[in-house]
Amino acid sequence: MTPTPRILYCHCAYAQIVPKEVKEAVLKKLCESNAAFDAVADLCEMSARRDPALKRLAEGGAVKIAACYPRAVKWLFHAAHADLAAEATEVLNMRVQSAAEVSAALFHPDLKPNLPAGKTAPPPASESPENEAREEMTNA
Amino acid sequence: MSLKDQTTLRIVLYEGSGAQPLSTGDRFTAVSTLLEKGFALTCVGGAGRVAGADGTSLLVLGRFDGGRTPQVEDANGAVPIRFQDIDGIDTHGVMDLVESVRAEAKAAKHGEWKPWFPVIDYDRCTNCMQCLSFCLFGVYGVDEQQHIQVQNNDNCKTNCPACSRVCPEAAIMFPKYKAGPINGDAVSDADLQREKMKVDISALLGGDIYSLLRERSEKAKSRFSKERDSSKALQERQKCLTKLAQAGDIPPEVLMSLPSPEEIVRRAEEAKAKAQAALLAANRTS
Ligand code: SF4
Ligand code: SF4
Repeated sequence: MTPTPRILYCHCAYAQIVPKEVKEAVLKKLCESNAAFDAVADLCEMSARRDPALKRLAEGGAVKIAACYPRAVKWLFHAAHADLAAEATEVLNMRVQSAAEVSAALFHPDLKPNLPAGKTAPPPASESPENEAREEMTNA
Repeated sequence: MSLKDQTTLRIVLYEGSGAQPLSTGDRFTAVSTLLEKGFALTCVGGAGRVAGADGTSLLVLGRFDGGRTPQVEDANGAVPIRFQDIDGIDTHGVMDLVESVRAEAKAAKHGEWKPWFPVIDYDRCTNCMQCLSFCLFGVYGVDEQQHIQVQNNDNCKTNCPACSRVCPEAAIMFPKYKAGPINGDAVSDADLQREKMKVDISALLGGDIYSLLRERSEKAKSRFSKERDSSKALQERQKCLTKLAQAGDIPPEVLMSLPSPEEIVRRAEEAKAKAQAALLAANRTS
């Protein structure tokens, strides 16, 4: 049997971008649930300080993260050298989802991985904007 | 001390065997207050898995039976663990205790800096170095493989998303920005077209901001030398900066904090040279 996914809650403490009523309602549900969980004040701040705690939070198998946009969360962890496993991570977005949706997904036993997929194929060399830009810059 | 050199403290709210559970209300108050103060914590008591231990100092809070805190230590001596009985202590008291342990452990004091910095989406990034060339504050750099990197997050100017406008691939996010795709929302084709158009604006803000400022400064200087009216020169600069702020939704206070026009030119040249060197090195290795 696959173990129940871990829960990680981000409080987005240093900005008012996650609606207060949503994050409070989600945290309340977690506190009422009697479930074990990890909670962080602000994933952005941890990423900026390259906090090694992000490694411990990324490792250890399936995880559901209540935070913001999956693309932002993916690269915040990456910036701290703590890549999340794409097949084992589900990010719930408290900026756009309701507290009820986020809570229901957090407590649902199934994991729905939703990190953005990586690059499928690099652009052909001749069309690569990288090369164009390089040319521009080196010719400057 | 740089942001990246500070240690942190992990708090564990323990309600398992050998400890009494908190009421739901007390648990919520304690958890939300600790989070507001910037701490990372783990709630253990009910079912479920949590992140494993690493070398981070642990402070374990609980209402321990008979007020007896467990005598536990890490066999390897790698993890400093401290237990604290919080039975009968109100939230303020708990916070004071946590704060004194934090200070003693010389762990980071959170909340002194708003985490505002660029985050690169490497699925989109083409390593073109436009961002490195644009930023005047040394936020960007390259790694050993000459890949673009955000190196000095805390040099970034709070609430300024200017470099995300420069990126032709919409690869630069500011997760705390108000709107997509800069906030991390998915990038649509329409966004990409818009972002590409914004490069023109950024040309104004990037390349031309310097010449514009220089021009304004020259004019202001010549007027200054004639009129000896410093407030007029300043007014002139303010007018120019306000215009730029309106064009690119850059906070006026950020523009006002820019260094002198001469210094801007010097830094811009330095950044451009850094970007060119990185591109040349990347070309050599590819
Ligand atoms: S990851 Fe998202 S929710 Fe968490 S602090 Fe950053 S912006 Fe806020
Ligand atoms: S401007 Fe964008 S695509 Fe170019 S190096 Fe910077 S992040 Fe990458």
